[in-house]
Formats: sequence, structure tokens, C-alpha cells
Amino acid sequence: MPELGKYAGYVLGSYAASIALIVALVAVSLWQSKRIKLQLDDAEKRRGASDE
Amino acid sequence: MSIWDYANPKRFMQTSGAILPWIAVGSVICLTSGLIWGFFFTPDAEKFGSTVKIIYLHVPSAMLAISAWMMMLVASLIWLIRRHHVSALSAKAAAPIGLTFTVIGLVTGAIWGQPMWGTWWAWDPRLTSFLILGLFYLGYIALWQAIEDPDTAADLTSILCIVGSVFAFLSRYAVLFWNQGLHQGASLSLDKKENVSDVYWFPLLICITGFVLLFVSLVLVRTRSEIRKRRLQAIITRERFA
Repeated sequence: MPELGKYAGYVLGSYAASIALIVALVAVSLWQSKRIKLQLDDAEKRRGASDE
Repeated sequence: MSIWDYANPKRFMQTSGAILPWIAVGSVICLTSGLIWGFFFTPDAEKFGSTVKIIYLHVPSAMLAISAWMMMLVASLIWLIRRHHVSALSAKAAAPIGLTFTVIGLVTGAIWGQPMWGTWWAWDPRLTSFLILGLFYLGYIALWQAIEDPDTAADLTSILCIVGSVFAFLSRYAVLFWNQGLHQGASLSLDKKENVSDVYWFPLLICITGFVLLFVSLVLVRTRSEIRKRRLQAIITRERFA
């Protein structure tokens, strides 16, 4: 760990807040992508079954 | 082959699916190495002490917050002129990413400002226009949610995007023509005197590359979701009327 001196709280706070926001954004984007893909796959299966 | 071929959702899904893993891996590599280099292996600055390490988050996120709006502007203009749905959906997909980068820019700027300027916030031209840009992002996202018909929503959000571009432009250039306020000039410049020292510049460049690649990856992931959502909606509507 580097020596951050009297500004340690500010620097670590910046990194913690930014990384938390980026991780949350990536997680929400991937979760939404997966959920919609599953819903679309289901709908396309239903559609395929009704066409037969 | 023309760029407009990618306006075909099927073509867009094929191409984006092939390049997305590479861009995502590049983003992880650049962000990890840039942040580790910047945080652990750069010295404190004479004037700013260890707070200089905040530059690796603040500068790329602020740059991307403005660039994301500009990308949305181009996509919105393409929608208004050529009516390509993929462009409208990519603008919609980019908004939450731009908003997150704006929040990161504001939060890291406030955290840096407290020890350096003695205040968390100042009504400085650049800060104020950047805050207004953040509010435009919120309005843009809310407008998409509020309108049921997707084409009408795309039309109205495109107009909002054109209006908001004024503040994106001001956020970028306010320090140049408003000779007041606390915010310093550009950290990256072709002028050697203005540019940050090389010891900070190289890790910063890697972080910026990482943020750009992260932005592109997330725009692709979210645009793909929007295209799928649209197809899902079409199937559900067809089922209702069958």
C-alpha cells in the first residue's frame, strides 16, 4: 500500500466510490442482458411451438 | 460494404457479438494495469500530494461523460435523419453509462476539491455546466421511460439530446472562454507546459483507454439488450393479437 499521508481518506474514498459505481453499472448491464435474453429465448420457443 | 449495413439489427448483433469479448478483455486489462500503475507506482505531486492519484478516475470519467453525450448526439441525429432503429437504441443504451461517468466525475471532483480548494462544491462554470449535463442525462432517461411508443420516445429524446449538447460542449470548453472559476485547465494538452508530467501521463493514458473500451463494451451489451427487448415486445404483441 502506498503512503497516502493526510489525504488517504480522500484518495481511498474516491477509489471506493468510483469502483463501486463501475461494478454496479457492469453488474446491472450484464444482469439485464441475461434476463432479456432468457425471456426472448422463451418467447421464441413458444412461437416455434405454436408454428408447428 | 457500407457503415449503414450495421443499421440492420441482425448484422449489428452478429458483428457486435464477435468483437464484444475482445473489447471487454482489453478494457479489463487497461483499467486494471492503468489504475494499479497510477495508484501504487506514481509519486505524490508537489502541490497536490497523494490526491493526484484521483486524476486516474476523475479525468477519464469526466471525458467519457461528455463524449458519451456526443456519441448520443450523433446517434440521435442519425435516427432523426435516417430513421435507423439501432442508432436510437444505442443512444438510449449509452445514457445510463454516461450518467454513471458523470456521477463519478462529480464525486471524485468533490472529494478532490475539499482538501485542495477547501470546498466540496463551487458554482464554477465548468462544474455547473457538468452538473446540468448530469441533470440532462436524468431527464433523457426519464423521457425514454415515460413515453410508451418507442418511435415517439426516440424522436423526443433526440431533440432533448440536441439541446443538452450545449451543456456537454460548455463542460468541455468552459474553462477556455470563461476566465473565472476554480477549475484548472485541461490536464492533457499538446502544450508540454500545460500537460501533466510524463510520470502521470502514461498511466493516465492507459486509464483513459480502459474507460473508452469499457464504455464501448457497455454500449454494445446494452444496445444488444435493447434490440432483444424490442424483438421480445414484437413477439408478445403478435401473441396478443393471434
